[in-house]
Amino acid sequence: MTKQQANWSPYDNNGGSCVAIAGADYCVIAADTRMSSGYNILTREYSKICKLADKAVMASSGFQADVNALQKHLAARHLTYQHQHNKQMSCPAMAQLLSNTLYYKRFFPYYAFNVLGGLDSEGKGCVFTYDAVGSYERVGYSSQGSGSTLIIPFLDNQLKSPSPLLLPAQDAVTPLSESEAVDLVKTVFASATERDIYTGDKLEIVVLNAGGIHREYMELRKD
Amino acid sequence: MKLDTSGLESTAPLFGSLSSGIHDEISAAPSFALPNTINFDGFQKEAIQMVKPAKGTTTLAFIFKEGVMVAADSRASMGGYISSQSVKKIIEINPYMLGTMAGGAADCQFWHRNLGIKCRLHELANKRRISVTGASKLLANILYSYRGMGLSVGTMIAGWDETGPGLYYVDSEGGRLKGTRFSVGSGSPYAYGVLDNGYRYDMSIEEAAELARRSIYHATFRDGASGGVASVYYVGPDGWKKLSGDDVGELHYHYYPVMPSTVEQEMVEVTGA
Repeated sequence: MTKQQANWSPYDNNGGSCVAIAGADYCVIAADTRMSSGYNILTREYSKICKLADKAVMASSGFQADVNALQKHLAARHLTYQHQHNKQMSCPAMAQLLSNTLYYKRFFPYYAFNVLGGLDSEGKGCVFTYDAVGSYERVGYSSQGSGSTLIIPFLDNQLKSPSPLLLPAQDAVTPLSESEAVDLVKTVFASATERDIYTGDKLEIVVLNAGGIHREYMELRKD
Repeated sequence: MKLDTSGLESTAPLFGSLSSGIHDEISAAPSFALPNTINFDGFQKEAIQMVKPAKGTTTLAFIFKEGVMVAADSRASMGGYISSQSVKKIIEINPYMLGTMAGGAADCQFWHRNLGIKCRLHELANKRRISVTGASKLLANILYSYRGMGLSVGTMIAGWDETGPGLYYVDSEGGRLKGTRFSVGSGSPYAYGVLDNGYRYDMSIEEAAELARRSIYHATFRDGASGGVASVYYVGPDGWKKLSGDDVGELHYHYYPVMPSTVEQEMVEVTGA
C-alpha cells in the first residue's frame, strides 16, 4: 500500500507582526492587520489583537486558526473565572493562564506567538512575551511574529530597558511618554513593512491606561 | 487520544465535583492533547522545529561550607538569533529551594512551577518542608514518565532542608544524580574548567559567589550561546537570597580592565631634515 498524506501538515503560517510596550502608567499593544498564506494575501483587515480582560490584551501572530481556538478557550476560562471570583482577571494572572494553556498543548502545540500587554494591580504597564509552548517572561517591551527580527533590534536601540535580572534592580518600564510610545510603534511598523512581506496594510494600536482602553489605526503600505 | 496525567493532579479537586459539559472541558484536571497521527515521533520532530528551540545555556551549582551557590546566564537563542537576553534561568520553587533551567524553556518553566505546587501540598499535608531529595525525586519521576516524548530538561535542584544543603541533577532522560558540584548546558565545559580549578569546600560566601560569577562569565566569554546577565543565588539555613546580577559585558571590563597602553616610542620632533 502506498503511503497517504505523507506531506500534509496541520499548520500554516499566516505571518504578521506584534509589538507591545509597557510604560509607567500605560501599555501600548499593536499589530498589523494583514493575513497571508505563502505569497497570497488572504485579507488586509484581520485583527490580531484580542481583549482578554479589562486590563489584559493579547496580540498573536502565527497560525490564525490556532490563535482563534486559543482566544476562544481563554475567553471561556475568563468567563468561568468571573463567575467564580466576581471580578476581572488581572494581567499577571492572565499571563500565567496563557502559559499553562499553551503548555497543555505541548505535544500538539498552538502555532501561535503571543505578546500579552496590560496593567498590573498597581496600574503599571506590563508586557509578557511567550514562545509557542508556554515559556514566558515579563519584559519592558517585546515583539513577536514575522517582522520581530527587524523590530526587536530597533526597539533595543531606542529603548534598551535594563535587564530585570540586574542587582541592584533597575526599573524595566520605558522612559517614554504615552504619545512618544505610540509614535515609536508607528515608526517601527512603517519600517518593518518596508522589508517584511508578511507585514503591512494597516496598523492597529491599542492603548491601555487608567482612563480605560483606546484604539487607533494607521494605514501601512499595501504592496 | 489522551495521556495519563495523574502526575499533574493535586490531591483535592480544584472545583468540587460539579463537572459536566463545557465546565468539564475547561476546568477539569489538566490533560495534554496529542496529535492524531500514526507517526508521533515525526510530528514531534517537525512541530518542535517550528515552535521551540531555546538551547544554549550555562548553569552551575555547588555545595560548600556555608550552603549551596547557584548561578546561571540569561540568554535564549533560536539558532543564531538571540531571542532574549533576560531569561530567568534560576527558578524560585519556594523560599528554600531553587531549580535551574537548561534545555527547553517551557518544559523547565512548567515542570518547576508544577513542582512548586507539589512541594507546597507536601508542606500542608505533612506540616514540614519537603526534602531536596524528595523534591528532586518527584521531578525525576514525572520526567521519567514522559521519557521518549521529546521533553528537554536539564536541571539542578538546590536547596536547604533538615539534613542541611542538598543538590541534585535531574534530566529528561530520567537521570537523577546527587552531588556537590554540577554544571549544565552548552557552556558547562568552560564553567567546569574555572569551577573545578577554584573550588574549595571551606570557602566563604563571598569567595563562593565570586567563583560562581567568574565561572559563568568565562563560559559566556567562550560559548556563543551563553550570555546576558550572570545571576548568582545563595541558599543557606534561612533560605535563598539573590547575591548578584551583573551584565557580563560589563563584567568583562571588571576582570580585564583596560590599561592605558605604555608608549613604546616617544614621538619626537624630527631634528634637521
